[in-house]
Amino acid sequence: MSKKLFTFLSLLMTLSMVLAACAQPTAAPAQPTAAPAQPTAAAAEPTAAPAVSGAGVKELKILWAQWDPADYLQQLAKDYETATGVKVTVVQEPWGTFSDRFTTGMAAKGTEWDMVVGDSQLIGTGATSGWYVDLTDFMKTTGLGDSVTDATKKYYGEYPAGSQKYWAFPTEGDADGWAYRKDLFDDPKEQAAFKAKYGYDLAIPKTYQELMDIAKFFTRKDQGLYGVAIYTQKDYDAITMGVENTMFPWGGVWQNDKMEVMGVVNSQQNIDALQFYRDLYDCCQVPGLSNAFYNETNDAFLGGKAVMAMNYFAFFPALSNPKTNKFAAGTSFFPNPAGPTGGRGAALGGQGISVISYISPERQQASLDFIKWFGQDDTQTKWAALGGYTCNKKVLQSDTFMKAQPYNPAFAETMTFVKDFWNIPAYAQLLTVSQAEFSKFVVEGQGTAKEAMDNIAAQHDKILREGGYIK
Amino acid sequence: MAVEASPKTAALARTRTGRRQLSDGAIMNLFIWPTLILLIAMNVFPLFYSLYLSFTNFVVTANKAPVWIGVNNFVDILTTEQMWQYFATSGKYVVLSVGLQTIVGFTLAMLVRSKFRGSGVITTLILVPMMLSPVVVGLFWKLMYNPIFGFFNYLLGFMDPATGPDMIASRFGATQVPGLALLAVVLVDVWMWSPFVMLLVLSGLNAIPDYLYEAAAIDRASSWFQFWRITLPQVMPLLLIAVLFRTIEALKSFDLVMGLTGGGPGEQTELIAVHLYREAFAGQFRTGHSSALAYIILIIVIAVSNLYIRYLNRAKGEG
Repeated sequence: MSKKLFTFLSLLMTLSMVLAACAQPTAAPAQPTAAPAQPTAAAAEPTAAPAVSGAGVKELKILWAQWDPADYLQQLAKDYETATGVKVTVVQEPWGTFSDRFTTGMAAKGTEWDMVVGDSQLIGTGATSGWYVDLTDFMKTTGLGDSVTDATKKYYGEYPAGSQKYWAFPTEGDADGWAYRKDLFDDPKEQAAFKAKYGYDLAIPKTYQELMDIAKFFTRKDQGLYGVAIYTQKDYDAITMGVENTMFPWGGVWQNDKMEVMGVVNSQQNIDALQFYRDLYDCCQVPGLSNAFYNETNDAFLGGKAVMAMNYFAFFPALSNPKTNKFAAGTSFFPNPAGPTGGRGAALGGQGISVISYISPERQQASLDFIKWFGQDDTQTKWAALGGYTCNKKVLQSDTFMKAQPYNPAFAETMTFVKDFWNIPAYAQLLTVSQAEFSKFVVEGQGTAKEAMDNIAAQHDKILREGGYIK
Repeated sequence: MAVEASPKTAALARTRTGRRQLSDGAIMNLFIWPTLILLIAMNVFPLFYSLYLSFTNFVVTANKAPVWIGVNNFVDILTTEQMWQYFATSGKYVVLSVGLQTIVGFTLAMLVRSKFRGSGVITTLILVPMMLSPVVVGLFWKLMYNPIFGFFNYLLGFMDPATGPDMIASRFGATQVPGLALLAVVLVDVWMWSPFVMLLVLSGLNAIPDYLYEAAAIDRASSWFQFWRITLPQVMPLLLIAVLFRTIEALKSFDLVMGLTGGGPGEQTELIAVHLYREAFAGQFRTGHSSALAYIILIIVIAVSNLYIRYLNRAKGEG
């Protein structure tokens, strides 16, 4: 009996190993060496834009995260259907699973979607893995590249940085800014008390030091009122984006031109900026917001707990809507204040639209036709009117846009100084490190700002060296 | 006298003959092979394929074939200090969580053992937490732990969020308390899974023959003696099975932690299964490396399970 069992198990193992061997994507040469370094430039052969007609294509599918802008795009796409007869469906996936669904779809070389509105951090992976069609020539020949702001073209579409090769057209511009209780700021009693205490007028903070003063002034634990609601969540990228909102105005960056991080990540500017973020958390954060992202900071504001709330502009419509915010009439918005030496900066959100390389040339061409239509000034004006955050230079500067929503002026200003985290394929490894270290220092209160930044620099350096990005 | 068979009877006979043509072995194969093929395709193949991948540098999203790198992934995992920290955190979590569940579960089983008015309803209510989804429980307790409006601080008598504990932030007032967030996760796991231990222990308690207690009473044995010499040994095999299941589950604990703390603050609740998820998915997709880590976890789970099973056999008198 045991002999039979042994024979059966042996057969089973052999069969499985054969199947496993057959499942390899391509025959891989056996190299008993360490993993080869990942090149920083595009490794996969880029797919050029097709030279065929997309006239026969009657339906296109776009994958995007499940949120209001995706609904706006779906609404806008009806105009495209009316004009061309091509039905465009926006497939929405919840934010929590969006990245996993898209990347696993691409790993399987899926043709489920024709286009994706992907996170800026995915650009590197999309470009080097051969997921996206190279849009460089398309952006030049159609003039779409010149229609959007330089920062959005760089961060939403370009890879590698500085190469002027583009893989996505900037679609939904977004960045971090602040919502504040204008009704409290405008209260004469509050203004008098603030001036008496700090010696200057209570107004929108021009510097982070002023923001700290205002946050401390309004933190009244006995009244259940707190100065700020800021990002602290460890799970994905929230606390890193939050800290970036102080890092960039302090003049800090993640890497220099040679992609080096030692002495750059742990620069004095970054250390000071991190210390400021921790001080702001310690003095004035709404209690319980120790694992907070966009929902939690908005909720704290809506509940009347926070006087100022950090968030992406895309989540501000809920705060200016009287149906969802009882303080809407007294709510206004401002961009990130300046750092100690007058520097400006904000963490980038938002996404660009890319064409999937695995679909047929006809579908690729039909997708490019849609993007060309979407990028036109008229369409962008409509896009902005619906609530989408356009990256179009003309629309952003127009009076119509500035007056359309109370947060639009702050958004337009912010989009001139946005900066982003890494967007190379190893970004997730780099992000995991910064998330853990920032959470440990800011929320858990362990160690010093210098230790946190030194640890991040050392670990980032190791990841970048192992990945072959730096030598 | 010959009787002509009706067409219906003839068809029935043909069907019976047809059925007879299938041997017992063929029927057995018909039942077994579809299941086996499914098992091989869905379980055995991924198991061996991931074993192969654990010796490669494969990144599922990189559109490149796996390259054989020998035991590099295993060496890297076992020589990285951070990984040992994750294993240590998981170890602490398992010991605290399963230990407390055993005590609470056993106590609850002793309490609801004797029938009283409403005991059925109470037993059912106690079982409710283990029927809930761990992610929902995590999110639900995140609100319960909120220092401003959560019931947890309220029940402890801390009305002022400035002076009460913030379990998820691992703080007490303004003071940092290392380990408080891990304790918060442990408490929720105990709340959720003690009923499972109770259920198994209860079935063990109900199976103890009354004559053992009657004999002990005649011998004027004390309650403590009866518990120590009759109740505990009789229940031990089922208790160990409960502990075995809970240990395996706690070693793999993921969804509750993600719902409650996301592995934070810092890396205080970053259990090994949570870290495995980050490596395998969450933008990293280090398939080869994470496969190696998954195999190391599997080996640990098997080793721990074997220890329990050996002890279980000994408790049953078979070891």
